[in-house]
Amino acid sequence: MTAAKTKTAPAAKTPPAAKTPPATKSAAPVVPAVESLTLAKAINSGLRAAMAADPKVLMMGEDIGTLGGVFTVTDGLKAEFGDKRVLDTPLAESGIIGTAIGLAMRGYRPVCEIQFDGFIYPGFDQITSQLAKLTYRHEGSQSFPVVIRVPYGGHIGAVEHHQESPEAYFAHTAGLRVISPATPHDGYWMIQEAIASNDPVMFFEPKSRYWQRGDVDRGASGIELHRSRVIRTGTEVTVVGHGAMVSVLLQAAEIAAGEGTSLEVIDLRSLSPIDYEPILASVQKTGRLIVAQEAPGNVSVGSEIAATVAERAFYSLEAPVLRVSGFDTPFPPAKLEGAYLPDADRVLEAVDRSLAY
Amino acid sequence: MSYTEATLQVLSPQGTLVENDATAPYLPWIAKLDDARLQDFYRQMVIIRRFDIEAGNLQRQGQLALWIPSLGQEGAQVGSGYAAKAQDHIFPAYREHVVGRIRGLDPMKIIEMLRGLSHGGWVPAETGNFHLYTLVIGSQSLHATGYAMGLQFDGVTATGDPETDAAVLVYYGDGATSQGDVSEAFVFAASYQTPQVFFLQNNHWAISVPVERQSRTPLYLRSTGFGIPSVQIDGNDVLASYATTAQALDDARSGRGPGFIEALTYRMGAHTSSDDPSKYRDAEELTFWSERDPIVRYEAFLRAKGEGDAFFADVATEAEDVAADMRVRTNGLGVPPASKMFTNVYTDAHAGVDAQAAWLSAYEASYDTADGDRA
Repeated sequence: MTAAKTKTAPAAKTPPAAKTPPATKSAAPVVPAVESLTLAKAINSGLRAAMAADPKVLMMGEDIGTLGGVFTVTDGLKAEFGDKRVLDTPLAESGIIGTAIGLAMRGYRPVCEIQFDGFIYPGFDQITSQLAKLTYRHEGSQSFPVVIRVPYGGHIGAVEHHQESPEAYFAHTAGLRVISPATPHDGYWMIQEAIASNDPVMFFEPKSRYWQRGDVDRGASGIELHRSRVIRTGTEVTVVGHGAMVSVLLQAAEIAAGEGTSLEVIDLRSLSPIDYEPILASVQKTGRLIVAQEAPGNVSVGSEIAATVAERAFYSLEAPVLRVSGFDTPFPPAKLEGAYLPDADRVLEAVDRSLAY
Repeated sequence: MSYTEATLQVLSPQGTLVENDATAPYLPWIAKLDDARLQDFYRQMVIIRRFDIEAGNLQRQGQLALWIPSLGQEGAQVGSGYAAKAQDHIFPAYREHVVGRIRGLDPMKIIEMLRGLSHGGWVPAETGNFHLYTLVIGSQSLHATGYAMGLQFDGVTATGDPETDAAVLVYYGDGATSQGDVSEAFVFAASYQTPQVFFLQNNHWAISVPVERQSRTPLYLRSTGFGIPSVQIDGNDVLASYATTAQALDDARSGRGPGFIEALTYRMGAHTSSDDPSKYRDAEELTFWSERDPIVRYEAFLRAKGEGDAFFADVATEAEDVAADMRVRTNGLGVPPASKMFTNVYTDAHAGVDAQAAWLSAYEASYDTADGDRA
């Protein structure tokens, strides 16, 4: 088969909602049990639910209170819960993470917003040398249930430091959990599960998907936090990705189907730990695997999946595991991002190469 | 950089009380100390100095991977450590061994850490709220500030009862003042008016780099631009350390916001057992500070108050006993099982770590032979 003839923008449609049982009326008396929400609104709704359920849950970050966050993800929370629980902090990422650590020692469950992906590095030391290691240093006597929300990734035409995908740095760090929702349903549930986790969680929000709608079932998440999920079944090539890449993979699968090729699509959901069982089961069926991500390919989450599948499913593979990723350059000026970010065509090009083996 | 006109001294190097306008607000704190507590100050300083020497010896004998001496800084540490109330929380750097001891930490936990058996591992709730050491310079300043914010949110400070209201005391050194985290901690502390005291031990050296490289102005001035009041003290004066810290903590716990103390002291020993200070500092400086030894002047003070030889002899004996006990216990320390490395990486179960722990266990078992030796 060949790649699509024309370059295609990321699909505007949201992926299918999770297969979850319909909620009963009693599960959500105020709002409909199943509701169409944008990803931003779904995460907002999840944050509100977590704050209502546990008075120890705090929001911290820059512009998250009165403004409601530059992406409006914390919209309305300060008005509802007050400025002691929704903190417009000074503009200092290390300060935000470091004080969140102290608050966690005091029994709080802080949820920190890093305004944009590329602004996380001033807080990197507190995240990797302190937050990630403090449970270990304490030999378990103290837990650090801190969530760090990071709007990440490209497709929004923004200036430098506003479109990056830094998740590999954190997946590489023991002591952190790293997750990324692709759909409003997962956004609603995964943020609550992240807050409920007794470990530090890096929560990567695909900012290009913030305004896409999808059904959110408030009755049940339908899946455990660290599970990956087959979201489209197929037989010939397995494609895996997370966050915004998931919609690209679904788009590629749709195009491929039109050309007679069957792709199985897996939403990774969790980057640390990685849930390999659905990936291995899929590869045992298809014999081919493509890992796609916006992040640069060098020493990335995709690299790790490729290596692990080569180790654990070698005799099932009909072709090498291929990576489709951002290039090993800084994120380019916005007008070049279309050439940098993997789209359906880049995925399908890899599908062609895989099938050629 | 040494004493300035601003340096507060309550006890002169000769061991006499300094009574003037500057010390007047602090002398009532000293007057309230009973004889037993005055003895405690001396006892803790002497014991930790003996402990320190013993630990250094053990390092030289290969029993510790590293030792971090506190020689010369006992006055700054003992005074401030005793100023904290039971409900207060203390965030140390990594040299405040005696503060831990005052709060109820068995210093063997520090020995275990520096022998390579743990990364700390003591339980602050069981050690008088003396939190773990932090080796990344200055990082703990933000943890302390966050903790102090939590005290505010919990309503356990500034209630009007200084006997129960809580505050936070955080230690760091002159090198740390250059770290961004310490300035960010000032920003957050001032912004939220946290119940917190920043206690800077300016021991004049960040390993080999003199304090003049960190700051061109006296460090006690550092906080004022952030809106945090400060005082500079003779850090080798245990009474000044006690009184100023007690006052600042009471201000903090009473809702008057954070405070900052710069204690001018001197690291008489090396930075750590891996360091050789003879390569970068001269004998004159050492002599200057030796003449201002915190223990010598405090002993003179106690003797002038009437403390007799018996007390000093008893303390010397107790210090020898503590050191001997530490040596015995150090030599008896075992090595934890390899499985410890996988424990508490996370609080909740983690598939990846669990799988690697199982793998290592099976791998090690594969070497086992019938007689229990490795093949």
